[in-house]
Amino acid sequence: MGQRDSGHRCTTTAKPDLDPESAAWVAALSDTSGRQYEEACERLHAVLLRIARNELRRRSSDTRITGPELDDLAHQAAADALLAVTRKLLDFRGESRFTTWAYRFVILEVSSKATRHFWRKPSQTLTAEDWDRLPDRLGLDPAHESQWRDLVRAFRQAVDEVLTEHQRQVFLAVVLDGVPLDVLVMRWNTNRNAIYKTVFDARRKLRAYLVTNGHLDRKAGDNT
Amino acid sequence: MNESSARIEQFLHTDPRDVGCDQAMEILHIYVDLVAIGDDTEARYPGIAAHLRACGPCAEDFEGLLAAVGDWPLHTPL
Repeated sequence: MGQRDSGHRCTTTAKPDLDPESAAWVAALSDTSGRQYEEACERLHAVLLRIARNELRRRSSDTRITGPELDDLAHQAAADALLAVTRKLLDFRGESRFTTWAYRFVILEVSSKATRHFWRKPSQTLTAEDWDRLPDRLGLDPAHESQWRDLVRAFRQAVDEVLTEHQRQVFLAVVLDGVPLDVLVMRWNTNRNAIYKTVFDARRKLRAYLVTNGHLDRKAGDNT
Repeated sequence: MNESSARIEQFLHTDPRDVGCDQAMEILHIYVDLVAIGDDTEARYPGIAAHLRACGPCAEDFEGLLAAVGDWPLHTPL
């Protein structure tokens, strides 16, 4: 994958000037001894809770989380996000609004908790590989099978020949079984970036194989 | 290239600028603030933009944070 975007430089030095609202939040949350801190936490928690509820609703067509379970998860996400915000306050460098920085925690909490929920739900069974599903997964039209029969055969051969066992397992789970990336992260106790990079590298290797063997056209910039 | 080949080509497409999930999530809040004010994030952060086009879970988190900022605007005074 690519290098770090040059637009961003991580620094641990002085913060840029904060906008007045961000500065007020930081000031209120910095001194944990006073009433001001309690009020700021209450106010932030209320906003985080509403965001968590909205986000869970937004994702509910995928997660099928509704009703009291949604509300329970929203409370958990908001509480965990508030804890993260207060613990990591010193990490806030003022590169965004404070609120956007804080909201990120609750969105990531919702993302993580929704994944755990999906993992518990049996309705999307995680089955063994089924190559018959490959054309459908790739969006190929059955009416045009004569176009893609050899290509799919080569694709399957490439999966067997050029991918490592780990790449093959991950790729097949994602492509054939349709397992969400974040569910694989939980299943294999790893992180999203590691799974994403595995799929990224697998795609690159498969394409290189298909180009080398004349099934796909070489493009400008290809070094295969 | 026929339609079937084009679909597989599209499916296997990877963008060498793609920075991956870790970096995208590290600066998601910065990226979202810039998108919210109409900044040209594609030019400033091409690797993040490439990643968000390719990674479903990170794109979902991006959409969620952007929606949160929209629902609870940048100006949320204490």
